[in-house]
Amino acid sequence: MPLLEIENLSVTFPSQTSDLYAVDGVSLTLERGDVLGIVGESGSGKSVAMLAVMGLVAFPGQVTADRLTFEGRDLLRLSDNERRALTGKDVAMIFQEPTTSLNPSFTIGYQLAETLILHEKMDRKAARRRTIELLDQVGIPAPEGRLDAYPHQLSGGMNQRVMIAMAIACNPKLLIADEPTTALDVTIQAQILDLLLSLQRDRGMALILITHNMGVVADTTARVAVMYAGQIMEERSTESLFGSPQHPYTAALLAARPEASDGGRLATIPGVVPGAYDRPRGCLFAPRCAYATPHAAECRPELRPWQNGLIRCHYPLGDTTRDERIAADRRAAPPAAAPEVA
Amino acid sequence: MSVLVSARGLTRVYDIGRGWFREPAHLQAVGGVSFELAAGHTLAVVGESGCGKSTLARMVTLIEPPSSGRLMIDGLNAVTPPASEKPRLRRTVQIVFQNPYGSLNPRKRVGTILEEPLIINTNLSKQERRRQVLEMMAKVGLRPEQHSRYPHMFSGGQRQRIAIARALMLSPKLLVADEPVSALDMSVQAQVLNLLVDLQAELGLAYLFISHDLGVVRHIAHDVMIMYLGVVMEHGAKERIFARPLHPYTQTLLAATPGMGKNRKRIIAKGELPSPLNPPAGCVFSTRCPYVTDQCRRERPVLRPLDERLVACHYAERFLEQPAA
Ligand SMILES: Nc1ncnc2c1ncn2[C@@H]1O[C@H](COP(=O)(O)OP(=O)(O)O)[C@@H](O)[C@H]1O
Ligand SMILES: Nc1ncnc2c1ncn2[C@@H]1O[C@H](COP(=O)(O)OP(=O)(O)O)[C@@H](O)[C@H]1O
Ligand code: SF4
Ligand SMILES: [Mg+2]
Ligand SMILES: [Mg+2]
Repeated sequence: MPLLEIENLSVTFPSQTSDLYAVDGVSLTLERGDVLGIVGESGSGKSVAMLAVMGLVAFPGQVTADRLTFEGRDLLRLSDNERRALTGKDVAMIFQEPTTSLNPSFTIGYQLAETLILHEKMDRKAARRRTIELLDQVGIPAPEGRLDAYPHQLSGGMNQRVMIAMAIACNPKLLIADEPTTALDVTIQAQILDLLLSLQRDRGMALILITHNMGVVADTTARVAVMYAGQIMEERSTESLFGSPQHPYTAALLAARPEASDGGRLATIPGVVPGAYDRPRGCLFAPRCAYATPHAAECRPELRPWQNGLIRCHYPLGDTTRDERIAADRRAAPPAAAPEVA
Repeated sequence: MSVLVSARGLTRVYDIGRGWFREPAHLQAVGGVSFELAAGHTLAVVGESGCGKSTLARMVTLIEPPSSGRLMIDGLNAVTPPASEKPRLRRTVQIVFQNPYGSLNPRKRVGTILEEPLIINTNLSKQERRRQVLEMMAKVGLRPEQHSRYPHMFSGGQRQRIAIARALMLSPKLLVADEPVSALDMSVQAQVLNLLVDLQAELGLAYLFISHDLGVVRHIAHDVMIMYLGVVMEHGAKERIFARPLHPYTQTLLAATPGMGKNRKRIIAKGELPSPLNPPAGCVFSTRCPYVTDQCRRERPVLRPLDERLVACHYAERFLEQPAA
């Protein structure tokens, strides 16, 4: 049984004018101990998709899925009590801003101990001992001395460590880290990523790492899902995704990285991400894609198996028949006007 | 190659109040930075938050004066310029900030935002101002009909184009760009970087380009200056520094940058940035450096020439032997 199974997950935010499809038919499977990266530009639905897994999408957001299970248990049908018992214990999530999880009015020692008393039913003394152990594990020097510190007295990196300590306090089977290093300097980012990976390895914990940074996924994950406008466009092993991307969006993103430049001009993606009002009927990337055809603009591709991964594209880059088919589909009707710059 | 900007020992110290009864503390945000920047060239200033990049940018753009040091821009003394030259100096240097949302007045139309510098600083006719505004909009890739739109109607990348256009209205020679692409999405970042490169080629602009992203810097810079706690650690031609970084801090940054550290030995800096109110006595990097010795803790290494760049480490020679990347 997979650890986490997501099938056709959608989250919409209704509004008077037009509904916003924040997450639009996302499917993912995660086994025990997997490390999965979810990468995408801002607004692509990474956070909302994982908040839906945690049961944290607030009204008026509407969550639907054909299947959403953790260890076989249906997450959509949990009572509030069952959900609280599961999230925070078996599944934990950390965020870009430690302040979203840490309460500024309590010391970090108190907050950690409370978590342990609540979920692990420890007594105060045992909780204190375990708190010191946890702070030590996440690399906080002289942890006894930090128990009485308030979050505002610690640096961003230190608070991020405290938040990780909270998240792993109850030995979760899955840790979801949402842009955990985006607000940190690179040297501290490297420390935190190393910490997350070593915790993952030592505990056999599954890890979902959400980031907008291609370099971060390349360095840390084994498998990666690329999101665009609420959908997964491509999913495969990190090595093969970076080595031979199959989706034109993935390829365009990789080519646009300054690291990929040979000193000349950078490759660019014209246009901007679709909004609530101009959501394409067909492929969501069609208005910006160099290979778009009238067929792609009209007909939304399904996420389907392709070369040891999944892809949502009519014309995968490694498909030997794609040039022919693109030409044929273009002959069928003239191409649309070019998109404007961002 | 004509030198446009020449800085010698630029220093900025802030007095931090500590209550009624105690002396204010002195925080040295920038401590003796020197560089030269030629017309048409890009000097990238790199370092983690708090190392003094923005303070340096504010001094070079004359937003705040240095506590000490000399600054010459376009042949003029920019620290104490003669009153008659002040307007010319201000037009020579312009700045673009990281946040395209915060730096544009939301109540003004794009056309007005771009026209303003011309109204204040020139006595061009209304038609001529409009002509120049439209010409600049075309240059940065905005369409004429966007002239009467408000900033909120634009995407982040387009707003950064507007900010760049506004900075260029008075034909400056130096553009200081403080993290200009850091807030932009990946696909848009490339467009703005290309625009900056094109504008430099077309207008012969010099850039003081501030960034914490070594990937971006390697793409756009000619020279690189790496700072830590207000002090320059390594400074020289980009090719030199990226091929063979001689300062342990430069090596650490490169190894830590995602996507760039792959083939390097992963050096992880210990601990955190020391407080700038209480910097380490010897080498400022000594509390985190993997190669630290007693000498490092005692003596501040001077910035000295080695292997065609400047480096401030007692043991930089050691790293000459490492194979070039
Ligand atoms: N509470 C909310 N109400 C309305 N729209 C929301 C809400 N939360 C997120 N969204 C929208 O959902 C989309 C996806 O957001 P998000 O998952 O946060 O993106 P990402 O994490 O990939 O940057 C965005 O368009 C965002 O504006
Ligand atoms: N106006 C100010 N008053 C007091 N301290 C300041 C002021 N501006 C900056 N600093 C301090 O100077 C140091 C350098 O800041 P800054 O130039 O903003 O760094 P960077 O742009 O590299 O992040 C920091 O320690 C910062 O807190
Ligand atoms: S002087 Fe010493 S502490 Fe400083 S960078 Fe060099 S080896 Fe490291
Ligand atoms: Mg997010
Ligand atoms: Mg700054």
